[in-house]
Amino acid sequence: MYEGTIQDLIDELGRLPGVGPKSAQRIAFHILSADPADVTRLANALRKVKDLVRFCTVCFNVAESEQCRICRDARRTDEVLCVVEEPKDVVAIERTGEFRGRYHVLGGAINPLEGIGPDNLRIRELMQRLGSGAVRELILATDPNTEGEATATYLALMVKPMGIAVTRLASGLPVGGDLEYADEITLGRAFEGRRAV
Amino acid sequence: MPGYRRPLYRDDAVVLRVQKLGESDRIITLLTRRHGRLRAVARGVRRTTSRFGARLEPFGHIDVQLAGDPDGHGPALQSVSQVEGINLYGKRFLEDYPRYTAASAIAETAERLTPVEGEPSLRLFLLTLGALRALADAEHAATLVLDAYLLRGMSLAGWAPALVECAVCGTPGQHRAFSVPAGGCVCPDCRPPGAAHPAPATIDLMSALTSGDWRVADAAEPATRRECSGLVAAHLQWHLERGLRSLPLVDRNPGERS
Repeated sequence: MYEGTIQDLIDELGRLPGVGPKSAQRIAFHILSADPADVTRLANALRKVKDLVRFCTVCFNVAESEQCRICRDARRTDEVLCVVEEPKDVVAIERTGEFRGRYHVLGGAINPLEGIGPDNLRIRELMQRLGSGAVRELILATDPNTEGEATATYLALMVKPMGIAVTRLASGLPVGGDLEYADEITLGRAFEGRRAV
Repeated sequence: MPGYRRPLYRDDAVVLRVQKLGESDRIITLLTRRHGRLRAVARGVRRTTSRFGARLEPFGHIDVQLAGDPDGHGPALQSVSQVEGINLYGKRFLEDYPRYTAASAIAETAERLTPVEGEPSLRLFLLTLGALRALADAEHAATLVLDAYLLRGMSLAGWAPALVECAVCGTPGQHRAFSVPAGGCVCPDCRPPGAAHPAPATIDLMSALTSGDWRVADAAEPATRRECSGLVAAHLQWHLERGLRSLPLVDRNPGERS
């Protein structure tokens, strides 16, 4: 147990996800021995992220203004909307360079065990966006786990009566992997989603 | 410690819950056949290259090899070493939202009915497995399977509601009033203030679900099913002394297949 300021810093760092007491102590002493300019830059970055970053009013991605960069981009099509769980999923899809539509960030997935139901996600806002009539296809890009699949099923139930095409990202074999090591669920999905070549 | 290896052991288990841990790991809560409820770390299962991540999704019946001491000595968390799927029920609920929400309530109840980790509970394991199988087979409405599970789970825990005698004085017979604090149906002499007066068909449905009379249960009217679900949920949560987070989220859409 240290005294005063250094212990306060260790305590605060220890509250971060994935940072245990030992790691917090190591980071605190690294900060203590670091160049003052580096520490000031870190402190400014922390302050700015809370002051400037907010959620986009349209898609709920992280943004530094009213709307995020993607929602402001006039070259992107309004006809295709991709639903993801978290802002980091937007970054992952953008890295592919394959998608030129818009996004909608739900803020999580339906998980009754954690008490998260449809009302706790941004599904009402999604329905309002779809109600404008501009969207022709809704791509459900929630995680391929139980909660993500259940969320996709729920959204499909809600959206299909609106006459909008609803698609789900394909599941299957990872590129570079060996078939014999694939588990039965992934391999089964790959068979279901096979395509003509 | 040089040369130290955690012992390996095998069991079959139902996956009750998964929680994210760190960058790519998960904590898996299992209800095992021989070792009761356990929590184990599954390393790297959130990576797309994981060889057994898909088998550790909720509601699956798996054959699992764990590293750790099943008697609870040493680290509290076991470590998942190998997994084979026996019946991965989870994937069968994914296209049926009401069944997914019912399965979630079953998993949460199983977790709450096993407050002590590592304490074997074979009857609850078999009951949970049977409920998930019934839910996956879709022969009965999801809410009926859930209510049957909750009633029988409460029986195993010693809190079965009295349905064919007075919960207070034991007078046999079908009594009209139902009091959750008293423990079930109560006779006119013992009826406490605030007792509910469910329809006789609702008590019949509760009895049918407890005894497994699916002919009577499947024939129950939607209003009877709703009243039964309300009483069962109230009775369970009274005895658990805390609400179940998943119960209010169970999709009781009357349009579900029966």
